[in-house]
Amino acid sequence: MAGKTLYDKLFESHLVRTNDDGSSLIYIDRQVLHEVTSPQAFEGLRMAGRQPWRIDANIATPDHNVPTTERSGGVDEIVDPVSKIQVKTLDSNCDEFGILEFKMNDQRQGIVHVMAPEQGAILPGVTAVCGDSHTATLGALGALAHGVGTSEVEHVLATQCLITKKMKNMLVRVDGELGIGVTPKDVVLHVIGVIGTAGGTGYAIEFGGDVFRNMSMEGRMTVCNMAIEAGARVGLVSVDQITLDYVEGRPFAPKGEQWDMAVAAWKDLVSDNDAEFDEVVEINGADIEPQVTWGTSPEMVVGVSAQVPNPANETDQVKIDGINRALEYMGLNADQNITDIKLDRVFIGSCTNSRIEDLRDAAKVVEGRKVAGNIIQALVVPGSGLVKEQAEKEGLDKVFTAAGLEWREPGCSMCLAMNPDKLGNGEHCASTSNRNFEGRQGFGGRTHLVSPAMAAAAAVTGHFIDVRELIK
Amino acid sequence: MNKFTLHTGIAAPLDRANVDTDMIIPKQFLKSIKRSGFGKNLFDELRYLDEGQPDQDCAGRPLNEEFVLNLPRYKGTSVLLARENFGCGSSREHAPWALDDFGIRSVIAPSFAEIFYNNCFKNGLLPIILSEEQVDQLFNEVATTEGYELTVDLENQVVKTPSGEEMAFEIDDFRKHCLLNGLDDIGLTLQHADDIKAYEEKRRQSAPWLFDAIK
Ligand code: SF4
Repeated sequence: MAGKTLYDKLFESHLVRTNDDGSSLIYIDRQVLHEVTSPQAFEGLRMAGRQPWRIDANIATPDHNVPTTERSGGVDEIVDPVSKIQVKTLDSNCDEFGILEFKMNDQRQGIVHVMAPEQGAILPGVTAVCGDSHTATLGALGALAHGVGTSEVEHVLATQCLITKKMKNMLVRVDGELGIGVTPKDVVLHVIGVIGTAGGTGYAIEFGGDVFRNMSMEGRMTVCNMAIEAGARVGLVSVDQITLDYVEGRPFAPKGEQWDMAVAAWKDLVSDNDAEFDEVVEINGADIEPQVTWGTSPEMVVGVSAQVPNPANETDQVKIDGINRALEYMGLNADQNITDIKLDRVFIGSCTNSRIEDLRDAAKVVEGRKVAGNIIQALVVPGSGLVKEQAEKEGLDKVFTAAGLEWREPGCSMCLAMNPDKLGNGEHCASTSNRNFEGRQGFGGRTHLVSPAMAAAAAVTGHFIDVRELIK
Repeated sequence: MNKFTLHTGIAAPLDRANVDTDMIIPKQFLKSIKRSGFGKNLFDELRYLDEGQPDQDCAGRPLNEEFVLNLPRYKGTSVLLARENFGCGSSREHAPWALDDFGIRSVIAPSFAEIFYNNCFKNGLLPIILSEEQVDQLFNEVATTEGYELTVDLENQVVKTPSGEEMAFEIDDFRKHCLLNGLDDIGLTLQHADDIKAYEEKRRQSAPWLFDAIK
């Protein structure tokens, strides 16, 4: 019999029962809650007179629409009325039910997918859900993490279980060595370019091969974060020493005897050598250069030395129409050099790229340089209060502000433009976030997804440039 | 979810076909973070003479005195008589939420829009389909009799009029089972609470570090 994949192991070890209709009930070890998708779930509980099944499985923080400008005045001073009421409602729900929450001005507050691993709330081998599609980030720890909708948030709160169907297994294997200036973000953008935004639909994707084995935990999180942009609800990396080193000593991680017991159990959280995947994609890491998306879907991506595609080179009519429509929305010409794209704003942040390593990468590029004159605004938004604190200890905030970038409070910010940080109509933005859909960062806004280093390079030159030219 | 077994209450006639979900609860009220509290804006445009705003106190608003639910004799209505294709339009679940919050337990009509019909069951509301003639008869009787009450007996699948007449209705067995027992998706899962507890106990043994750690 063939061995098991990591996904198979995680799924099977959490199976509570198989329902008559073929769906499965799996036990959920952890739920992470934020202000946008939880209010009606709590309300539903109250209306039905139900209690959460297990309080200590939950952790919460507001992130999606907290202001990232000075906010010491607290929740009462949030200007947008809907944002204010959502944040307040999360606070009161967590207070009422006794759920641990890091409130807006708590040092530990942050973007859900940054805060949870940072705190050790997500550990190898757990199942986790969160009402946000980028929950796949947490798979970097060898955890089975699903993004869910509000009704599922309520279902998990009430039953500690999720109704789901087993997915198929895909292995994305990247071997070889990455070139200088090529980051985890470039790897995952390249992968999405290869398999397409629907390529992973119905699959749990495991990222394997030398490149991921040698990658830091933070880099693995960046990669798993974007599994959903390849259509997969789940992204995973097998557990190894890098995982254990990352987890050890975190506030909610096991300690002492329990740590030893946990490590022994986690050793098995790898895909067996003879595991069979339904689909395998192989990529050579040495072929990847810094990536830039030119269109309105993450798969519309090319290397920085390339040109914007020309629909005339395509034969498939659907593709041709897609390219034309994207070119029009983005205000670009076919065959234009990527490096000729002029930018108006720069956003360094989001659950994809707002961790300390990301900020270090960006700071290295801007150090001793100035934001270009045509850039209206360049934002750096750390992923959590603790990331912010660490960056300030290292003096990164000074590097950014000296160069003319804004240093902000933690939150989702311009990733989805639910708070006041938005693109203007027609503006081009070099963004380290994960979605470049039409209007995602503001009505008419034109998003180009890049790595933190590439975004920093764009900030100081005013257009896209191969970051390797600046860090030689 | 509320159980529905047997219910007797005041019936009110809403004599309009194709009542859509925007009429049941207009879109400006959808921004709420809640799923309760929509009752005061149920049929907002029919009920009030001014345009309703979210978060407004409705007590001082000018009422449309002619609207059926504003008539004193229909105060406390819990069974709504309606015409064909009730609940058409957008799929918003706010429509059954608003009816439920207002105190309606059952809607009787010759036909319903499909999504609305499904959404009712998820929210403990019983939509009943009777024939055109039967609905006509109920409309006539309610108009001529003040304090007219209907009894809805889900177990036996009949609507009883004050004179004792019984009108049988059809309902899917599974849906009936869920309503009688107050089971929504969560309720159905909770039927397996013993399995969940057994799993959890095992998990507590094999991974004790996952319990009582976050507080
Ligand atoms: S940063 Fe963006 S993608 Fe990530 S959780 Fe926030 S809104 Fe979602």
